[in-house]
Amino acid sequence: MSLSGQIAIAGVYEHPTRWAPDKTEFQIMAECARGALEDCGLELRDVDGLFAASMSMGAMGVVSLAEYLDVKPRHLDGTNIGGSSFVAHVSHAAAAIHAGLCEVALILYGSTAASNAMAIGTGLGGGRDAGASFVSPYGLTTVGSYALVAQRHMHAYGTTSAQLAEIAVTMRRHAGLNPNAKMRKPITVDDVLESRIISRPLHLLDCCIISDGGGAVVVTSAERARDARKRPVLLLGCGESVCHQEVGAPDLLSIAAKQSGAQAFRMAGVSHDDVDLCAIYDSFTITVLVTLENLGFCKPGEGGAFVSGGRIGLGGALPLNPDGGGLSSNHPGMRGIFLVIEAAKQLRGECGERQVANAGIALAHGTGGTLGVAHSGATLILARG
Amino acid sequence: MAREIEHPRPVADWETRGYWEGAGRHELVLQRCRACKAVQHRPRAQCAKCFGAIEHFVASGRGTVYTFTVTEQNQVPPFRDATPYVLAYVELEEGPHLLTNLVGCAPDDVRIGQPVRAEFRTGSDGLGVPVFRPA
Repeated sequence: MSLSGQIAIAGVYEHPTRWAPDKTEFQIMAECARGALEDCGLELRDVDGLFAASMSMGAMGVVSLAEYLDVKPRHLDGTNIGGSSFVAHVSHAAAAIHAGLCEVALILYGSTAASNAMAIGTGLGGGRDAGASFVSPYGLTTVGSYALVAQRHMHAYGTTSAQLAEIAVTMRRHAGLNPNAKMRKPITVDDVLESRIISRPLHLLDCCIISDGGGAVVVTSAERARDARKRPVLLLGCGESVCHQEVGAPDLLSIAAKQSGAQAFRMAGVSHDDVDLCAIYDSFTITVLVTLENLGFCKPGEGGAFVSGGRIGLGGALPLNPDGGGLSSNHPGMRGIFLVIEAAKQLRGECGERQVANAGIALAHGTGGTLGVAHSGATLILARG
Repeated sequence: MAREIEHPRPVADWETRGYWEGAGRHELVLQRCRACKAVQHRPRAQCAKCFGAIEHFVASGRGTVYTFTVTEQNQVPPFRDATPYVLAYVELEEGPHLLTNLVGCAPDDVRIGQPVRAEFRTGSDGLGVPVFRPA
């Protein structure tokens, strides 16, 4: 029996903080756990599946987290495939619940990336092992790896910096409607184009911000979620995928979203026209553009035109990241959990000024790793229960 | 123009030593499967396509720019001191793409499709770092 429609997101919580020098990662996770459990009316003792990943948790981090929370769940999952991890955790939790391995899964993220002055985009030096050595001599930054994709896209299809800038401008406009967003002052396309170049062709305002923050998601069976405090959000479809260097000649414009998105749509049995809003990992403007193409919302090369003219803004045909995304609301290192939270809150109709009218179906897609070298993709299609 | 990057030294292991030592001799060494003839990079102890035995060969060192970026900001030394520098994927004649730096070319003059050829920066460890310049 397919798990489509059998599993629900019962509770969510996004930590309002964007700057938390007075908190630890585990502290933020605990505060988020409390928030999400209160949201659905469950207790910590109900949790029997624990899922987490973070920038600094080690390989056994989820064990340390269980001790910190003083829980002994019967299902543990510390999968870390980059910033998309938490999107994947939802489908892993769904599979575990569907298989009877646990009933109430708690997914957690917390980070103090900003207050620890973590230079995620241009400051991580890369590893010094044999595998990393094909990259580490050359000075590749996170921004640079996405810039390699942007340059190729511009060459192949004539995509312009102004089209990419539309994405940043839209995210900032959305952030203005989100009281918790870090960057709320409106910007124009010219502001993006005149901001300094970080790695050509990407400007400062093509890049996500760095903040502190965290979030939590509670996943359980659709049946049990019916008794929760809030309206359930049903999981209709999910998919995962990976793209890498293959044996040396990958197409940088064909990304993981192509496979994970196709699987999620197939499983959900819905079409692109049925999707009322998207929550897409916007690490950089180019990430959004190639993700939309690879998910099939437009053809390869049409992304530049697709994101123009207000289509991805609130009130447009496909509103994207109404919370302001990583470009303007929050980006504490790994952003996947906020995609799930915003999609769920939109489907519950509790987003106030930034609410997408009559939101019935949402797609969340996370990218983890770096687009130009190796990355993972995870897609969810969710519906109002 | 900024000075060239003082490349951090690569770390070689059993599977990759042939590549780095080849570069130390100013040779671009790739792998080919003895069974299915597939060319592969990065190096592996067996063919990634069919698990067949591999052999090494010296590639031409010629290629074209597949994509590139001019890095204006990198907070990590030694790269910090070399900005702006050109990072590129070069599509080799033999097929694989190499992540590398372009040298001897003003950042504004780099174009996708531009022909380039390999040269090498060999360290006292005998390992070489391939970089490319316009052909």
